[in-house]
Amino acid sequence: MTSASPTESASALPVADLAVVGAGPAGLAAAATALAGGLTVVLVDAGHSPGGQFWRQPAPGAQVSGTEGLHHDLPTFAALIATLQRHERAGSLIRLAGHHVWTLEAGDPVTLYAVDRSGRPGTERPRTIRASRLLIATGAYDRPMPFPGWDLPGVLTVGGLQALLKGGGVAAGHRVVVAGTGPFLLPVASGLAERGSRVVVCEAGHPSAWGRHLAAVAALPDKLVEGMGYAAQLVRARVPVHLRTVVVAAHGADRVEAVTLARVDADGRVRPGTERRVEADVVGIGWGFEPQLDLAVTVGCRLRPAAAYGSSVGGQANPSAPAALESPVVWVDDGQWTSVSGVLAAGEVCGVGGAALALREGQLAAESVLADLGLPAATNRDDLRLVRRIVARHRRFAAALQQAHPMRARLLEALPEDTTVCRCEQVRAGAITEAVAQGATDVRQVKQLTRAGMGWCQGRICGPAVHALLAASGGGVPRVPTERLVAAPVPLRVLAGLSEEA
Amino acid sequence: MARQRVVVIGAGIVGACTALAAAQAGCEVTVVDRGQPASGTTSRGEGNVLVSDKPPGPELDLALLSRWLWDDLAAQLGAHRLELEAKGGLVVAREPAAYDALVSLASAQTAAGVQTAPLTNPRSIEPHLAAGLAGGVYYPQDAQVQPVLATAAILAEAQRLGARLRPGCLVVTAQHARAGAITGITLDTGEQLPADTVVNAAGTWGGAVGALLGAPVPVLPRRGFVLVTEPLPPRTIRHKVYSADYVANVAASTEDLQTSCVVESTQAGPVLIGASRERVGFDATLDPAIVTRLARQAVELFPMLADVQLLRAYRGFRPYCPDHLPVIGPDPRVPGVLHACGHEGAGIGLAPATGALIAAYLAGDDPAALGLDPTHFLPDRLLSAPIEEPTQ
Amino acid sequence: MTLHLDVDGAAVPFVPGQTVAAALVADGRLAWRRTRSTGMPRGVFCGIGVCFDCLVTIDDHPNERACLVLAVDGMRVTSQDGTGREADR
Repeated sequence: MTSASPTESASALPVADLAVVGAGPAGLAAAATALAGGLTVVLVDAGHSPGGQFWRQPAPGAQVSGTEGLHHDLPTFAALIATLQRHERAGSLIRLAGHHVWTLEAGDPVTLYAVDRSGRPGTERPRTIRASRLLIATGAYDRPMPFPGWDLPGVLTVGGLQALLKGGGVAAGHRVVVAGTGPFLLPVASGLAERGSRVVVCEAGHPSAWGRHLAAVAALPDKLVEGMGYAAQLVRARVPVHLRTVVVAAHGADRVEAVTLARVDADGRVRPGTERRVEADVVGIGWGFEPQLDLAVTVGCRLRPAAAYGSSVGGQANPSAPAALESPVVWVDDGQWTSVSGVLAAGEVCGVGGAALALREGQLAAESVLADLGLPAATNRDDLRLVRRIVARHRRFAAALQQAHPMRARLLEALPEDTTVCRCEQVRAGAITEAVAQGATDVRQVKQLTRAGMGWCQGRICGPAVHALLAASGGGVPRVPTERLVAAPVPLRVLAGLSEEA
Repeated sequence: MARQRVVVIGAGIVGACTALAAAQAGCEVTVVDRGQPASGTTSRGEGNVLVSDKPPGPELDLALLSRWLWDDLAAQLGAHRLELEAKGGLVVAREPAAYDALVSLASAQTAAGVQTAPLTNPRSIEPHLAAGLAGGVYYPQDAQVQPVLATAAILAEAQRLGARLRPGCLVVTAQHARAGAITGITLDTGEQLPADTVVNAAGTWGGAVGALLGAPVPVLPRRGFVLVTEPLPPRTIRHKVYSADYVANVAASTEDLQTSCVVESTQAGPVLIGASRERVGFDATLDPAIVTRLARQAVELFPMLADVQLLRAYRGFRPYCPDHLPVIGPDPRVPGVLHACGHEGAGIGLAPATGALIAAYLAGDDPAALGLDPTHFLPDRLLSAPIEEPTQ
Repeated sequence: MTLHLDVDGAAVPFVPGQTVAAALVADGRLAWRRTRSTGMPRGVFCGIGVCFDCLVTIDDHPNERACLVLAVDGMRVTSQDGTGREADR
């Protein structure tokens, strides 16, 4: 129990029924459902516009062109936004855009400490938010894997390419290679191709990997239709899709000019002699997603391994097994409650599973809060039953997806020792293997011996790769989330209370 | 004659220095730790090697010896392996009365062997300091090490001399002879380690380990946070800089929060801001009120920090004894048990001297030959009152 | 009326709603800072504020994520080296 923040002014926000952190599909659906049920909501989001990554939009009133046709399920998004705007006008919703929550305290009320970055640089201010219940819906971010030249300008994550395109209307690059694994490569490649870029897709896997999961796919025909839609678009745009192919190196002086592609076997090992050079001025890489667990870890939510849903990968015995390289996720019960009283979680933080799943989890979370506060449900009983069934189907699909498109850690085994692994502190692969040779057995120890993970991004980008390198060296323990007491950078004057409370 | 078998419980900085000293003295040494080396409080501080914050007394004597031994270690192992940096400390006072008290303390410290230099214009050696401070005292002997690297280097040297390291092994029971002397310990792996001597170097868990050995000692945790900023140009801040109330805080025993701020640059660039000293058991959550206070004090000392960003914070639990001195020496109740813990916020600095004291006890030498009075650190002084258990 | 950023003295156009990063990339710029230890060029990588590679100085405020800051007419964008505060040594 702490005293009131010394930075609060008399115009502090009232205590809401529900605080939602993250305005992606899960957060938006939760907010809309909660508001429909009569709750007051504060929706806190780091982005300047709602939608998260999936529904990334240009800012309101913006005149960014070239983003038509890039969004899925726009009617749903539009309906959610309309609901939110109505409640904002009525005063039951407060939307805090451009707010980064840097720490929080559980309790009743839950307290969130945020830095308001909605203005121009230099105008950051503190903001404290209190609510009876908290929903963490902070989403996920792209997981890249290092390779020689990945730190050249012009190499981005597929999410970065997508953000530039959907948020800024900018199709980066004329000759683009999109590489990694997973269905997300396709819409990004398709979007760029439609804007006139010449695109090549390199998928490390193969559709046959879905062979064991046909039931999961069949249960979600929409996914199949969506996938086929992208495939058709790519054919129309003459985008070649090379299967069992990876980028092994990017080349260039001050920016990427070419890449080397190579074929890999089913385990992800490069087949010698298959290397070939391809010109490229932009490269997008993506090996799935990492859930954004910071706030959940800070507040003490129990986590579970990602592969727990009906996984057919036997146990955690092999630390190099693809499932063991995945980030743990937030454990939630059927109602989306976490192990911490008063705190719920929904969306990618509970398991990377896409927007349709996130929407329903958000809805379920809001219904749980309504029930918890003794109010009638906002959704009728039959629809709720249907929502739960949809959630179950999507979770099975998500587990299948993870197994069909694993991170190919084998690619890291032959990483040249001068490859940058930690981009922020420029720690090379050689330094990391040296730390392992000196006895480091977990990511934290590697960090303390090499500085990998001590830079601006605090290990968010290099963490999975360092862990995979540890596993590949024969040592290694299951992935544990990084302990983070501070979830986002905060100017000291904002912390010191030298800036007026927003 | 068979070598003395010594088991050191704890592979932090104190355990490492103890192991090295014991190995150098010819003992057969095994170091055990339930985790990895330096995974406890050693990796949670700032790597302080200070003489400036100790008024004349036993702890200062230990610190002066230890400072000399750190230089010795650097000569033996290579300063780069420890990242030992003799950057010096600067204690500043905002008000004239505080400056007078500081100068007075400094002259008493000088008489005890500390090099000091009062400055009416501390900005002359620390340009980014706020204007208008009453003055400061410069302590050239204050230094910095990278504690995790240093622990690793010291343990490596101990191993080179034959010591064995058993990380990831929890001590579950101890064995005693009928007359009460310790004869060994058992690990959670089932393995038994026979020992002539067991050293309790378990830091913040020294109370629990002592109890397990039949020799409980009142070591309790005192939480502290360190704030870490974005990288700044190295040597933006030239010394360890702290304000005069830090010295008073170390000696305070109240339950209340006492923050005063310690600010320093690191070689890699981030500035460290620290020194909160609550006594709240093992609660590991971050209290934003503490962060606010530390940030405010840091910006008051260094106004240019206002636009610098906090990137992370970490917390540690400093092990302290009721009289704020470490417990070093043989336990009177269990022959063969030596304690080497409870160093509060000074563990890194005091570790080499602690190792030297333990080595003297192991060899049957008179530890007073090291040039200080070792009786202040003996466990006997702590055993008259009932021992409080930390809430785990 | 076209809007512009001042990027190291050059006028770079943008459309309202674009981030500084989007405007820079649209202008063909892929790098606007150099890293601390070896001075390697960096620009946008993750594009969503997680990786901190796109740091740039905006209106004399160093280390702003270009991918998060909305472009405003007349905003001064300056490429930066190292810590972004090298001039403060």
